[in-house]
Amino acid sequence: MEPIIEFRNYTFKYRSQVEPTLRDINLTIYPGEKVLIVGPSGSGKSTIAHCINGLVPFSFPGEAQGSLTVGGKEPAKEGVFGMSKTVGTVLQDTDGQFIGLTVAEDIAFALENDCVEQEEMFARVDAVAEIVDVKKLLGNAPTELSGGQKQRVSMAGVMVDDVDILLFDEPLANLDPATGKRAISLIDEIQKKKNTTILIIEHRLEDVLYKDVDRIIVIGEGRVAADCRPEELLCGDVLEKQGIREPLYVTALKHAGCALAPETHPEHVETMELAPYAQQVRNWFEKAPLPPKEKKTEPMLEVLDLDFAYITGRPVLRDIRFKIHKGEMISVVGKNGAGKSTLSNLICGFVNPDNGAILLGGKDIAGLSIKERGEKIGLVMQNPNQMISKPMIYDEVALGLRARGVLEEQIKEKVYDTLKICGLYPFRNWPVSALSFGQKKRVTIASILALDPDILILDEPTAGQDYRHYTEIMEFLKELNEKHHITILMITHDMHLMLEYTDRAVVIADGRLLADDTPAKVLTNEEIARQAYLKKTSLYDLALRCGISDASAFAERFIHYEREVRRKCRDY
Amino acid sequence: MSRLLTYAPKDTWIHRLSGVTKLLFFLLWSVVGMLTYDTRVLLVMLLCSLVLYKTSKTEWKQVGTIFKFILLFLALNLFTIFAISPYQGTEVYGTRTDLLHLFWHYTLTKEQLFYEFNIMLKYFTVIPVVLIFIVTTNPSEFAASLNRIGISYRAGYAVAIALRYVPDVQHDFTKIKHAQEARGIEMSSKANLLTRLKNMSTIIFPLIFSSMDRIDVVSNAMELRGFGKNKKRTWYSGKPLQRNDYLSIVFVIVFCVSALVVTFYDGSRFYNPF
Amino acid sequence: MKTKFGIKEVVAIGIGTALFVVLTNVQVPFGIIPNTALQSRVAILTFFAAVFGPVVGGAIGLIGHALGDALFYGGVWWSWVFPDALFGIVVGLFASKYAIREGGFSNGKTIVFFNVVQVIGNALAWIGLAPLLDILIYAEPAAKVFTQGVLAFIGNIIVAGVLGTLLAAAYSKVGAKSSSLTKED
Repeated sequence: MEPIIEFRNYTFKYRSQVEPTLRDINLTIYPGEKVLIVGPSGSGKSTIAHCINGLVPFSFPGEAQGSLTVGGKEPAKEGVFGMSKTVGTVLQDTDGQFIGLTVAEDIAFALENDCVEQEEMFARVDAVAEIVDVKKLLGNAPTELSGGQKQRVSMAGVMVDDVDILLFDEPLANLDPATGKRAISLIDEIQKKKNTTILIIEHRLEDVLYKDVDRIIVIGEGRVAADCRPEELLCGDVLEKQGIREPLYVTALKHAGCALAPETHPEHVETMELAPYAQQVRNWFEKAPLPPKEKKTEPMLEVLDLDFAYITGRPVLRDIRFKIHKGEMISVVGKNGAGKSTLSNLICGFVNPDNGAILLGGKDIAGLSIKERGEKIGLVMQNPNQMISKPMIYDEVALGLRARGVLEEQIKEKVYDTLKICGLYPFRNWPVSALSFGQKKRVTIASILALDPDILILDEPTAGQDYRHYTEIMEFLKELNEKHHITILMITHDMHLMLEYTDRAVVIADGRLLADDTPAKVLTNEEIARQAYLKKTSLYDLALRCGISDASAFAERFIHYEREVRRKCRDY
Repeated sequence: MSRLLTYAPKDTWIHRLSGVTKLLFFLLWSVVGMLTYDTRVLLVMLLCSLVLYKTSKTEWKQVGTIFKFILLFLALNLFTIFAISPYQGTEVYGTRTDLLHLFWHYTLTKEQLFYEFNIMLKYFTVIPVVLIFIVTTNPSEFAASLNRIGISYRAGYAVAIALRYVPDVQHDFTKIKHAQEARGIEMSSKANLLTRLKNMSTIIFPLIFSSMDRIDVVSNAMELRGFGKNKKRTWYSGKPLQRNDYLSIVFVIVFCVSALVVTFYDGSRFYNPF
Repeated sequence: MKTKFGIKEVVAIGIGTALFVVLTNVQVPFGIIPNTALQSRVAILTFFAAVFGPVVGGAIGLIGHALGDALFYGGVWWSWVFPDALFGIVVGLFASKYAIREGGFSNGKTIVFFNVVQVIGNALAWIGLAPLLDILIYAEPAAKVFTQGVLAFIGNIIVAGVLGTLLAAAYSKVGAKSSSLTKED
C-alpha cells in the first residue's frame, strides 16, 4: 500500500530559532491508520502537525531538509490552501477555530470559501452535522455551546470537505473527562465509518487509549523516540524517560513490581489479561503503608446553604454547603458549566448570593467589597496572560501592594520575599515576556501571594500543561501548602490533579453539591463519576479485577505511595 | 451589557427582507436624513420611520433604554448648541424674531427654535431606522450583505469576525476586571485622571495582549479552511432578493431622489418659513 | 509602508473592532463638560494602527466607531466615525517606523516620533475633519463643533499618548531579544 504521509530524513528549523525543532524524522503512515503522537511540550510534536497541514513553512517560516509527502503532494509546494482539501485540522483552541456566527455558518466556512452554491451547502452541512450530532444546534451562537459541542462543530467544519486525513491537535485539553471520552469515541466512529486516516496529537495517553489506536509515535527533543504498537510502548520505559504520563493502572502495576508483557494487552484495563499480575498486586496492596489520618484544624472558609441565579427561576447553584479547613488543599470538581466558576465568583464577591452566607475565619464576609475580600482571598485566573498587566516581573508582583498604598520600602521587601518563595528571585529584573508559560503562572501566583491571603483559589491551574509542567506547578503548590501553610482551593476538571494533590474533593453537578469526600472515594464511585461528568479512575477497575474489593482504599494507598516517591524526589 | 441592542427574530415582512435591502435602505435613508434640513421632507420621513417601526413589531423593552439615552444625548446637544451659538438660526434663515430675552447676550429667537426643532427632527427620522435595522437583521447576514453591495468580502468578513468575538471579548473583559479589582485596583474611584488611566491600563493590557495571541490562532484556523483562496466566496446565510426586496429598494431610491430634489429645489438645504 | 491585506489583517480588523466596541463605554469622564471623556477605546485604535498599519487602523476606526455607536447608542454619527478612521490611517502610515513587533519601540526617539504622529493625527481628525463634517453634514454651528473637537482632541491625545505609548512599549518588549538577560542571585 502507498503511504499517505511520509517523512524521509526530515529536518526543520524555525527562522526565529537557532536549533532545529525536528531532526532527521523518518515516519510512514498508511491510509486508514489511526496514529497517536505523544511527546512533552516543546518536543516538536505540534511542528509535525504544522508540517503536514502546510502551516510550516507558510505561516511559520523556516528551513527544511529531507522530504515530506502527504497524499502524494508536497505541503511545502502546495501551501496551506493546497493541503486543505487533503488534511483537516482540528485545533486545540475551539474558541479560536469557531469562526462563524452560528454553528451552521462555521461548518459551511470552508464551502463558502470554495464558492459552493447555497443549496448544496445546506445539504452538505446538514449531512455532516448529523454525523457529529450537532444538527439541533445549527442556529446556535458559540456562546451558547459547551466546550465539547464546539469541538464537534470544529470536526464537522473540516469533515465537510471530505478530507483524507484528520489531524487533531490536543483534542482533550479543554474538555472534562466524560466529554473527552465522548470525543475519543466520536473520532473512532468517524474513522470506522469513513476510513479516514487519523492523527491525534495529545499527551493524555490514558484518555486517548479509551479506544484502540494502531500505533503510537513518541517524539522527544525533535526525534522519533518510539514508533510502535501501544502494547509494546506500555511495557517499555520510553514514556517515563520522555516525561509522558503512563496510564495510572500501568504505573500501579509497575509499582507492584510486575514486568508487563505485550501479550497481556495492557492498552485497556477492562480487557487486559491480569492473571499473571493479580497476586503481585494483592501483595503490594496488603503491604503498602496506609495514608496518615489527617488532623482536623479550625475551618477557614465556610460556605453555608448558598443559592444563586443569574436569571430568577434558573438557579445556577442551590444549597451549596462545605467547609475548608486551615491548611487544607482541596478541589472543586464537576463538568464544565456545572457552576464551579460561579462558586468562586461568589466567594470573591464578583456576584452576590441570593441566599446563604460565606464565612471566612468564622465571620460573614457579605459586607466586604471585592477589594477587601481580595486581601484575604487570592484568586489566580486560568490564563496568566489575562492577569499580567505590567511588563516587568517586579512591578507585576508589586501591583496589588501599590494599589493598597503600601510604602515602597516595604513593597520591595515583600516582593523579594515572595519571589524567593516562588523561585523567581533570579528573574526579578526580567520582563514578563521572557518567561515560559509555567513561569508566568508562577508570577501570577506570586502577585497574589504578595498580598498575604488566607486562602488561594486557583482556576484550572494546570489546563493545557504537559506532564512535566503539570508536575512542576503542582509540586510548587504542594510546597506552598505544606511549608508555608497556605490553604488552597482548586477548581478543576483534571482527575489526576484532584486524586494526586488534594485531600478532599467537593463535587458539584447541575448546581448541587453531589459529594464532599476524599478524591479516591469520589473517583471510585461510578454513580458520582457519571453525574459529575468525571470518569472513574482506572485504579478502580484494576483493583476489582485483581480481586481487591475495597477499590478506594487501593486508590488511596497508590496515591500515598506516589506522593512519597515525589516527596523524596523533591527533598532530594 | 443589557443595554446593547441585539437582533430579535420575529415574523414580519421587514424581518423577512434580505439583509442587503435593509442595509441599502438604512444607508440611503441616513444620507438623506443627514443632507436635508427641509422641514417638510423631514416630517414625511419621520412619519415613514414611525410606520416602519410599528410594522416591525419592535417592542419598547428592546429599545427603551437606548432610546432614553438618545433623548438625553439629544437634549444635551440642543442645549450646547444654544449655549455656544444662540443665533445660529438667525444666521441660517436670515431674519431675527426675538421671543424672549433671557440674560446676558442670550435671547431666544423664533429662528433658533425652528433651527433646533429641525435638528431634533433629523435625529428622529434616522433613529427608528437604525434601531429597526439592528433588531430585525440577523447579524449572520450582515457580512453577506456588505459583500453584495460591492464591498470586498475580506472587509465584510472582518465585520463578521468583530460581531463573532464581541461576546467573547466582553466575557474576557469582565473576568479580567474582576480579577484586577480583587487585587485592589478600583475603577470607580475618585482618584485623579492619571491614576484612573493607569488603573484602566491594568485591564486593557492583558485584554489586548491575550487578543494578539488570538489573532494568530484565528488567522491560522481561517487559512487552514481556505479563507481568501478565491476572488469571490459564497455565503451560507445570505438571503436571495425577492419581490418585496425589489419593491423596497425601488421605493427607497425613488423616495430619496425625490426628497433631495425637493430639498435642493430652491438652492438651499433649509426650508425657510420666515 | 505596508498595505498588504491578507488573512491576518482581516482578523486583526475583526478582533480589534471587537475590542474597540466592547470598550466603547469604558470611559473616564473629565471635567464637567458633557460628551467628553477619556475613551479607553482610543488606546485600542492607536495600538492596532501602530502595529498593523493604516489599512487595519483605518478600518477599525471606521467599523468600530460605526458599530459601537449603532449597538450602544442606536445611531451612527458619521461625522465622528470618519475622523476615527482618519486617525487610524495617519498613525498606521508610519507603522514600519515604530517597528513595534520587531522590538524597535524602546528608544526615546521612536517614542517621541510616535507621539508627534499621534498628536498630528488627532489634530487632523478632531480639529480638522470632525468639525468640518459636522458643519457640512449636520449644519451645526461652527463655534459649537470646534469646541467639541478641541475637547475630543485633548482627551484623545492624553489616551493615545499615555496608554498608547505604554502599550506599544510593553508589546515591543515581547518581540525583543531576551538573550541579554541573566539570572541574578
